[in-house]
Order: sequence, then C-alpha cells, then structure tokens
Amino acid sequence: MDWVWTHAGAIWALVLEHIGLCVPPIVLGFVISIPIGWWASRNAAVRSVLLTVGNILYTIPGLALVVLIPVILGVPLLNPVNIVVALTIYALAIMVRSAADAFASVPEGVQQSATAQGFSGAQRFLTVELPLAGPVLLAGIRVVSVSTISLATVGSLVGISSLGDLFTDGFQRNFLLEAVVGFVLVLVLAAVFDVLLSTAGRLLMPWTRGARLSSRAARTVAMPLAPAVRR
Amino acid sequence: MLFLQAIQWILTPANWQTVNFGPGIGGELVAHLWLTFLSTLVAAVIAVPIGLAIGHTGRGRGGAILIGNVVRAFPTLGLLSILLLVLGLGLPPVVLVFVLLGIPPLLAGAYAGVESVDKQAIDGARAVGMSEWQVLTKVEVPLALPLLLGGLRSAVLQIIATVTLVSNYGSDSLGQFIISGAATKDYVQMTAGAILVTVLALLADAVLASAQRITTPRGVLRGAGSRTTARGRRPLTAPSGAPISEGS
Amino acid sequence: MTISRRGALGAATAVLAAAALSLTGCSSSNSLSGSGSSPKDTPAASSSGGSSTSAGGDSIVLGSANFPENEILMYIYGNELAKSGYTVSYKPSIGARAAYIAALKSGEINLVPEYAGSILSYLDKSANAKSGSAVKTALDAALQKESLKASAFSEAADSDSLNVTPAFAKQHSLSSIGDLKNAGSVTVAANPEFASRPDGIPGLKSVYGLSNIQFKAINDSGGNTTLKALLGGQVQVADIYSTTPSILQNKLVTLKDPKNLFASQQVVPVYSASKDSSKLTAALDKVSQALTTQDLLKLNEQVSGSTKTDPQTAAKDWLSSKGL
Repeated sequence: MDWVWTHAGAIWALVLEHIGLCVPPIVLGFVISIPIGWWASRNAAVRSVLLTVGNILYTIPGLALVVLIPVILGVPLLNPVNIVVALTIYALAIMVRSAADAFASVPEGVQQSATAQGFSGAQRFLTVELPLAGPVLLAGIRVVSVSTISLATVGSLVGISSLGDLFTDGFQRNFLLEAVVGFVLVLVLAAVFDVLLSTAGRLLMPWTRGARLSSRAARTVAMPLAPAVRR
Repeated sequence: MLFLQAIQWILTPANWQTVNFGPGIGGELVAHLWLTFLSTLVAAVIAVPIGLAIGHTGRGRGGAILIGNVVRAFPTLGLLSILLLVLGLGLPPVVLVFVLLGIPPLLAGAYAGVESVDKQAIDGARAVGMSEWQVLTKVEVPLALPLLLGGLRSAVLQIIATVTLVSNYGSDSLGQFIISGAATKDYVQMTAGAILVTVLALLADAVLASAQRITTPRGVLRGAGSRTTARGRRPLTAPSGAPISEGS
Repeated sequence: MTISRRGALGAATAVLAAAALSLTGCSSSNSLSGSGSSPKDTPAASSSGGSSTSAGGDSIVLGSANFPENEILMYIYGNELAKSGYTVSYKPSIGARAAYIAALKSGEINLVPEYAGSILSYLDKSANAKSGSAVKTALDAALQKESLKASAFSEAADSDSLNVTPAFAKQHSLSSIGDLKNAGSVTVAANPEFASRPDGIPGLKSVYGLSNIQFKAINDSGGNTTLKALLGGQVQVADIYSTTPSILQNKLVTLKDPKNLFASQQVVPVYSASKDSSKLTAALDKVSQALTTQDLLKLNEQVSGSTKTDPQTAAKDWLSSKGL
C-alpha cells in the first residue's frame, strides 16, 4: 500500500484528468437531450427515428469511436476533445431516451390544465413539464454519469490520460496493485458523482424527498434502457 | 468515403480467410460469437434462477438493484487487466469478465418480469390450488418471458460491443481489426471492424426481438396495455423495460 | 425514514468529501516534500526537474511509445532537458509508432526516443542501410522530408528478437530462426505493424523461407500480454525487445538471427526540426553518450521487476548515477 501514498500526487492528477474528461459529456448530454427528448415525446415518428439512431450509435464499440473521431473531425489525436465527443455521443444515446420518457411521463391532464390557466408554451414547459419530468431526468443522468466515468478509461488505449492509465500501465508492468487502485478509484468516483447528482436532485426537487421513485424512474435505474453501458 | 472503402474491405472474400497472416473476418467472427455465447449462457444460468426467486418472493430486490448499479460502474478495461493479471491469458478469465457484465441485465429482466405479472393472475392460480412451484413455472415464468428476453437482449448487446476489448489482451475477436487498424493507421480495416461489430449487434438484437415478440402470450398484450395506460399516457405493448423495444 | 435516509446520505457525502480532502492534502504535502511522485502528463509536471524560467522559456513536449523502456527514456531525456533550462512536459504511452509519429508530425509532441533501424524502416520501406553511419545518413534524409531531425545515436541498443519457451525449443531442437521451418504450424506474436514490416512476417518468409507461420497481432511491443500469450501457449514465438527482463526471468530461448533480419536498434531521440538548437542537441547527446545497453536492461528490470520503481524515478536515479 506504500505505493499508493508515495504516488498520491500522480494518482490525484489522474483523478482530476478523469473528472475533466467526464464532466463535459455529462453536462452536454443532459443539456442537449432536453429539447430533443421533449420533441421526441410529442412526436412518435421523431421519437422512433431518434431512438433507433441512438441505439445504433450505442452499439459502435467505444474503442472504434475514440479512434475514428479524430479521423472524421480532424482533431489532433492526443486531444482530450476526442474522448469528450465520443462520451457525449454515448451520453446522448442514453439521455435522449430518458428525456423522451421523462416528458412522456407528465400526465396530459396536468398539461391541459396549465394551458387552460393561460400558461404560455415556454411558461408551461419551465414551470410544469420540466419539474414533473425531473425525477425521470435525474434517473437518466445518473445512469449517464456512471457509464461515462467507466467508459472514459478506454482513452488510455489511445494515449489520452485517465484513471484507465493505471490499468494499462499496471498490466504492462505486471503490477496488480496499480490496476486495482485504478479500478477502485473509478468506482469511488462514480459513487461520488452519483451522490452529488442525487443530492442536487433532492435540493432542486424537494417534493420528491422521501417519495418512492415513480415506477418509470425506478425502471430506468434498475434496467438502463440503452443496452450496453460500457465497452 | 472511408465508410465505403470499409464495406468494400468486408466484401473482399480473401479478408474472410485471413488478414495479415492471422485469422480473417470468419475466424474473428466465430471467436467473437463463441465468447458472447459462452458468457451469456453462464450469466443466464446464474442470474435467471436468482432473478425469478427475487421476483417470486419479493425479497432481495434492493440487493439486485445495488449489484446492477455497482457492476454498471465497472470499467471493462480494468476488470480485464486485473483478472488477466491474476489468472493469466485464456478463455476462463475473459469469460468471467463478460459473465459479470451480463448478470445485472439478466437479473433485472427476470425479477422485473415476474413482478410485472398481474397479481390477480397469481391469486387466481393459487385459488385453483396450484403449488408455489406451479405458480412460478406455469404462470409467472410464461408471463415474465418477454421481459426476461428483454434482459437477455440487453446482456447480449452489451457483451457483443464490449468483447472487442479482449483483442487488446491477445484474445481473438472482431476487435482485432480495430486495434490492429488503429495501431498501423489502417483506418479502412479499423472502420470495417467497427462496422462488423455494430452489424453483428444489430442482427443479434433483431433475432432476439422477434423471439420476444413470439413468446409474448396474447393475453399479456391486453393486460399490459390496460395497466400501463393507467399510469402513463402511452400504452406499451412491447415489454417496457426492454432495450430497443421501441423505435426499432 | 426520510430523515434516516437523508442522514445516511449526509454521512456518506461527508466521508467522501473527507476522503477527497485527505487525498488532496496528501498530494500537496507529497509534492512539497518532493518524494517520488510522478505526475504523468499534467502541466503541473512541466516544472519538475527544477528548471528555471529565466532560460528564455523554451518549452518542449516529450512523448513515448506504449512500453516501459520507451517511457523511461522519455523521462531521462526530459530531465536532462529540464536541467538545461527547458520547460518540459510529457505525454507518456501514446501508442504504437504510427500513433506517436503522427503526434510528432502534427506538433502535439516535439520529441520522442526512437530506435534507429525501426524508425528508418517505418519512414522508408525500401531502406536497406545496415551499418551505423549508413543508417544515420539514410535516417537524416528520411526525417528531413517530415521536418524532423535526429540527434546522435547512443551506443545503447535494443532489437527485435524472436523468443520461444525452453520446452518448445527442446521439442523441436530450435536454436535459430531458420529452425522454425521444422516446428509445424507456428504462430508468431508481435505488434500489428510486424505483419507488413520488411523485417517482420514478409522478412521471415523471404529471408528465412518460413512458410509455416501464422501471425497474432498483440499491440504491446513485446510486453506482458505477449509474454503471457507465449507462456500460455496461445502463440509459439514472441517478438520481445532484447533488453526486456522477461526474457531472462522466464528463461526464454532467443532464436539466433544469423541472416541479420533484425538490425540492432540504437537509441536515438527524434524531434521536430523547429525545436533544433545546439542547446537541445548538447543536452540530448550528453544522455545518449552515457547510456549503455546494460543500462536499458537494468532500467527495465527496476520498472517492471519486483521493485516497481516508477519510470520517472528510475530515470532520475540513472541520471544521478551517471553524474548528470
């Protein structure tokens, strides 16, 4: 275990790099999927097309995506943007579906009564639909966060630093402890992000406190709709 | 452009025999499928009975969700590095990794499937004098089958996409083309590898989706439809927890 | 219920926050005391080596291939450059040659430790120079086309070598590469580019007349995966660099290469022409002159053997042992 303490600085640097790779895709995935998911929730054809595209994107192996993106976008190979773009694509593949489900879960009657009370479209979206869709959106973003943190490690195969470096370097040097430390830290980081997100959810949506997750949200958590969560 | 060249590469018969003096598309495809099949089978043998038990008794659901969430955070690359360091190269450690990945969706499919069964149907079965075992095998399992297969779809898709990584550790799979292609800047080969894995996953999914449709008892459609409309506004005919059941 | 759950959450958050804080605390105290931490390629690493900013602020980014020896060499050259006043940062373990040479050409990195013959045959497939000076001339010409340069070769050398297990060698009475002819169908493991390198599979076929070989691409430059595949019997022959300690540790039999298929690969730093200066080459040459093949073996042993020394620490120790 001495190794961990003598290398705390280097390990911490990798933790920060890992966070740097993961935060943009999680945020972008959330922000972009809200309008798209809302649109998909009102239009069955759009929903069908978007979800099919998302599912196809999701089956592309992560490794292939991180190597193809620099070729397609012309971004330099070692630029972390490559991983960020790949992770954002996966985040969207999960989150658009969650968002579509979230907005679909808002009872139609509630929306009609809001309209009847004279709410404008934007007003209704911000004050009625978004808050009611909140719990399912939260469940979705928690799945995105966990899978993004786990998936970011693939960058180590193409020279982009993350906690995954500890696996690849540990394997290369026959150094089990190093690989195990990397593995545990990925789990810890995923847990920290999950706690932060659920705490944020509680603060933003105080009415859900103590309430059981709706069955739909529960399902999203128990069984992520998009199939593969990492590769 | 790259995409078309990659398709052409796939359609070149010689590449099915051998690529770079190693196994060709045919060989890597067989290795990929074999690994997927073996891992899914072992995962199902472990997860399905446990999932059915959880669904039937209603106990242990929290534990199953927890396991699912923890396993979802497992980085496959890390799991492979650790298990291969401990157990050496070869099929057993590799299969073990994918068994671990396959268990959560199969477990979730099994217990969610049993839980989705109409409580009235179960009460009715008990009322006509069925034993608990009969309730499980004659009522719950047949009615749970669509969701159970949904879990299977999830597991298979996840495994097919992730198996590509084993080629970083010297095992055969379609990922070999991606890794060799990337290492030598042969983007055509690399893209071809990505296309092959994606197509394989979509095909496997289509096969399992039709299995799911065939096994859905006619009565369930009506039951599930009326139940879900009560909650959401979209009647779900296909099993709702299943991946890709909608939109494809 | 609600309260207890919130309480538990709060406690969990507090514990995690404390853990995070203690980790930060450790890291800062650690770097203050300067004990053996090896930040990888963060900007924070750039000042390590105690460079002063007064030296005109020359900055340089060093990269390495994805195997430990190359990473150690990167830190050795990097430390020396830092002492000469460069602001140095690192991009370790980029990948195979195609990947890091691309990064070098695009300017994402400025310098990488190379091996003379390998880089020459990578850049110029038809190159056939064998002697040191001929290789240098040919390499300089090939590098010039890419706006790259090489400093003087070190005497320290590494080369590809084909290895088999003692049992397999005994079973088929193998001592040189040509003997593989009688070993039935054999699979050779090496980096993916070995399939097309002139001194790879094509060379084995044309120079040694081997027609019974299959190829297994393992992208780790003769590292741990390749070794495990050899020991586990997935492959029968493995291309492992001659300075790798695993050859001795596992008593592998290195097949003789009487027809010199594999050139001796002298260590040579390759860098972007835009960074060329007498200050740069002076620092690089100091290291190259001091480095020996034995040193490479020892350094590899320290990093991948039982002590698990960091590449960066091994590099620093080596420099001070040589009085640099």
